[in-house]
This record gives sequence, structure tokens and C-alpha cells, in this order.
Amino acid sequence: MNIIVCLKQVPGTTKVNINPETNTLMRQGIENIINPFDAYALEEGVRLKERYGGKVTVISMGPPQAEAALREAISLGADEAILIGDRAFAGADTLATSYTLSRAIKKIKDFDLVICGRQTIDGDTAQVGPETAEMLRIAFVSYVSKVEEVKEGLIQVHRLIEEGHETIEATLPALITVVKEINVPRLPSLRGKAKAKSAVIPTWTAQELETDPARVGLTGSPTRVVKIFSPQRTRTGEVLQGSPEEQIDSLIKKLRGSQLI
Amino acid sequence: MGIKINIETCTGCASCVAVCPFGVMEIKDDKAYVNVGCTLCGACKEACAFEAVIIEEEAKAPAAEGHRGIWVFAEQREGEIKSVGYELLSRGRELADSLQAEPSGRGLKTELCAVCLGNNIKNAEQLIAYGADKVFLVDDPALGSQSEDLYAGALVKLIQEHKPEIVLVGATSLGRSLIPRVAATLQTGLTADCTDLAIDTEKRLLLQTRPAFGGNIMATIICEAKRPQMATVRPRVFAKKPFSGRQGQIIKVDFDKAAVTSKTRLLSFVADLKEKIKIEDADIIVSGGRGLEKPENFKLIEELARVMGAAVGSSRPPVDEGWIPYSHQVGQTGKTVRPKLYIACGISGSVQHLAGMQTSECIVAINNDPNAPIFEIATYGIVGDLFKVVPMMIDKLKG
Repeated sequence: MNIIVCLKQVPGTTKVNINPETNTLMRQGIENIINPFDAYALEEGVRLKERYGGKVTVISMGPPQAEAALREAISLGADEAILIGDRAFAGADTLATSYTLSRAIKKIKDFDLVICGRQTIDGDTAQVGPETAEMLRIAFVSYVSKVEEVKEGLIQVHRLIEEGHETIEATLPALITVVKEINVPRLPSLRGKAKAKSAVIPTWTAQELETDPARVGLTGSPTRVVKIFSPQRTRTGEVLQGSPEEQIDSLIKKLRGSQLI
Repeated sequence: MGIKINIETCTGCASCVAVCPFGVMEIKDDKAYVNVGCTLCGACKEACAFEAVIIEEEAKAPAAEGHRGIWVFAEQREGEIKSVGYELLSRGRELADSLQAEPSGRGLKTELCAVCLGNNIKNAEQLIAYGADKVFLVDDPALGSQSEDLYAGALVKLIQEHKPEIVLVGATSLGRSLIPRVAATLQTGLTADCTDLAIDTEKRLLLQTRPAFGGNIMATIICEAKRPQMATVRPRVFAKKPFSGRQGQIIKVDFDKAAVTSKTRLLSFVADLKEKIKIEDADIIVSGGRGLEKPENFKLIEELARVMGAAVGSSRPPVDEGWIPYSHQVGQTGKTVRPKLYIACGISGSVQHLAGMQTSECIVAINNDPNAPIFEIATYGIVGDLFKVVPMMIDKLKG
């Protein structure tokens, strides 16, 4: 079974601090990591390969430094890695990203399953998985928490939704997005680290992918950020005073007064 | 289209570096330099005192003509229409009315329509009561199992046929999974998880605001040249506002079975029955956080919830620790709630938690750290040991 895992390199923390005086972002000294949800996707890909044979190819669209994330993926069990990088791809929103990824997946051609993390921790949109599946015109299942089995051109998975969990059967090739309940990612092995060090990671550019210039990067992105601002915290609260008992009495009185209880 | 730095006027003051939300500005050889990843948001241009940042905007092709009206996807499950559909119609009504009042609309009617797909859908007329002028109802046994393939196919067809300019969808499990596929087929923009929607009436642009970077910063996003403009919106962001005696039209649409086939099949469904009262629907929520220290102590939260007739919520750490199932998690990566009363016990108030509950009507915080951020947004705060305060509260409410 040939598996493609899509991953993204993201800042290692979502705690972007804001300088209260200048109201600007402070992002010094944040290191980049593999998006945590994508780490589950990679682990699941490697486990499926161990179960059914085949190979795992990781792809990542990003700047040249994203190669570090791909190398790490090889140390974690991926067989091959491809960086999808071109200045023309920069500034892509989810639609342009999905288009570019789908071109790369089509170029790889021989695949049964594409695995993506449910969402990234920096963008938080959860749109690239489903949009890529649609552009490939293949089966799609989101929020996968367990792969039950793969056989005879079908994959059976468990899926977590708000109301409970579903068991779904999909035809291959398929794209699934995974949630963190699916597995516990392994640590890199010594052999993996050695392999990662010597791995040759090709970069596929717009030319190799034969992408339509109107559909990639900023030009191919219908959405655009027009304003960025700090959330307003306007609530003026009251810290209750007195002994714990007095505070509770006063709280209950206030809540009853406003007919909240 | 692109960004340039005028090196003649750039002084290398780095004010652009400080404001760049994407961290792509850098000072090289005493001049500003733009790295890969710029989205042309313009923050640097605004911050530059020397007009050294030049953003060249390619005139985008104007949005296709002839798209009119606002659509709301009214999600149902087992025939019951979900609340988020009514919430979006209530906001959609206001947006449609403001577009209608705009002279550049050339007097063409801006209708608000609901579209609902399913089997044996109940109370579709309620969609009219919440503001819809028209309801497109696709009711077919094939749509009973919520196959996203069939839903996506039917929706794309309806949108292509009727050409709405805006499509709003609840950011539920289904919405967030289904709608990106519709947007991809239509090759249009989609903004996820909006917490506010407004309209630039003159340009007929939907101003879509969502938290970025884990909720520390809000970003407003537009989709200029493609139609429809699509957004998912978290449940309970907007209030439901029913009208009485509103008139509207229900249009039954046949589902064309031959046009779409499903590549997936639902084999079984097991409902999550753990929660007694669903937190999304509760008027009162009692939530526990890291301050509970151990899983057994959640009993205290459950007991307080029981005497108040409340649902039980949680911040992220107890869920990560496995003290309580994910379905109870409130926050950016959990559920958004908007109860009348939210009681946070031993929750410090990380941005990620606040993103899921800060629109609650009344917030009570119980925490032993007087500097916890939760007190910044609490209506009433009790600084104290929750292991003393909560049992005392339970006793008083029982008595």
C-alpha cells in the first residue's frame, strides 16, 4: 500500500505574545515543529505500511527551511520526502494550497491513501484536507480516530464527530484526516536519524508540477486578510470580598437577583 | 501583485518587523526585507512612517456578475434542524437587509435563503420564522445517512443554479468537513470558524472575522473576486432572533440520485451518551480545569452542576490528562458555548479556553490565583480555594 502523508512545518507554539505597549506581536525565539496533527498522520502512515507493506512518502509545501520537518519525518519512518517549494506558491490560502498539493499528489501518481492531520495549529482551518480530496476527486473521511482495516480496495475507519462515533467504509484511493486519538507517535530511531541525515529530498517547483499560475500562491488565493487586531476585553468584573462564606452568599444573591439561577 | 521596499526611503527602523503578524519581515543590511510567507495584509505599510512599503495590487477581475442573495446551510440531524442554522439566519437577515438598503444594489432584491438537505425534515417552516425568504428543501431517503458526498453534490448543483453571493454554514463536524469540498469544487474562497460577520455594503463584500494564532489576534478576511463568498461560523456566536408571522416560501427540490454517487458508506453509529445535559444547549455550565488536580475531584464539579441543573464542561488540560471525555472540552479546539451562566472552577483562563466561552452572559470565576487571566473577563470572581468554596456553594444551594 502506497501512502502519502501531507505535513506542514509550524511555529512550535501558539502562544504569540503581544507587546502591551506597542500592541504588536513578539515572536522571537520560536522554533519550528511538525504540525502536531500531522505527526499523528505520519505515525498512522508508518503503522499502516508496517501492517500492509508499501511505502510512505511525505510531502510538504513550504519555504526551504521546511526541509527540516521532512528530514524529521524520515527519521520517524517515512521512506521518501518531497518539498513543494517555489516563490510562486507563497501566500497561498487553503484553496491555492490544496490545488498545489493535489498537483504534487497527482505527480506521485501511484498511491492508495493520503493522510493529513485534521488541522494545523497555526491556521486552524481544517480545510486543506477536504479541499485536496475534492480536487483529486477521491473518497474523503474526516476526524478519523482508528483505521480498522484495509482490504480489497476498501478502507474501514472510525470517525469522531460531535454526536458520537461512526464506522465508515470508503473506496480507495482515499484521503483521510486524523485526530489525536488515533495513535501515540513514536520517537525517532537511531537508524531513522542516520537515514534522515543522508536522505536526498527533491524540491518540486511550479515548473515540475505544471501548475496553473492563476491557481497558486497569492494570485490563486481568493481570500485575503485585510485587517489584524487585538481582541477587545471589555468586561468589567467584580471580585467579591469578605470571608469565603460571605463571598458565596453575595454571589448566590447576585445570581438570583439577575434570575440566572 | 506583490510587496516592495523602497530602499531609498527605508531607514531600517524595523517598525515593520515588529508589526508583521506572519513574522516574514527582516532587516538585512539596514533595510527591510520581505521573506516568503507574506500575505500582503498591509500591517507593515500602515506602520511605516517613511512610506517605504509599496504594495502593488493587481486589479483582480471583478466578481462575477449576477450573484445575488445570502444562503444559509441549515444542518439537520435525524430530521431535526440544528440551532446554528437559526442563528445564521438571524444574522443573515440583518446582512441581507443592509445589502438591500444599499443604492449600488440597483434595486435588485437581496434574498435570504435557507437550504436544508435530509430525510423527513421536521419544521422547515421554522426557517422562515427566523428570517428566510425562501427555503430550498431537499428531502430524500438517500440523504438520511448524512453522506457528505451526496450533500456536496446536491449543494454544488443548487449553488451553481441559483448563484448566491454569500453562503454561510455552521462550523459543526459536518459543516467543517463538507463545505471545504463544496468551496473547492466551486473554486471559491472559504473562511473557517468565523466569530463575527459584517458587510461592506458598497462593495457587497462579506467581512469575515476569525481568531488567528490561537485566538491571540483577530483577522478580518475578504473574498473579493470569487463568488459565492463562503464562511463557516461557530455555533452560538450569533443569537437567535425569531419573528412572528413572517411569510416565506418553501421550495421542494428533487434529489437527483443519478448525478452523484457516494464513495463512502456509513456502517454504524454509536451516540456519545456520557453527557446528561449537552453543554452546547445548556443554560448553565459548570467547568473544571487544571486546578482540580486529580480526576476524582471532577465529582465536585459534577455535584455542583447537578444541584444547579447545569452541564459539565472542562478546559483543555483535564481532557488531555484523560480525566473527562473530549466532548466536554470548551475552547478553541473544543466547543464554543454561550450559556446564561458559566462557572469556571480552577481554570486559569488561557486564550484558547476564553475563545470558547467569553460570550457567555455571566461568568463566575473561582480560582486561588488572583492574577489568573480568567478574572479579567469574569463578571464575578471569587479568589479562594475551590475545594472549600465549591462544597460550601453546593451546601448553600441545596439548603
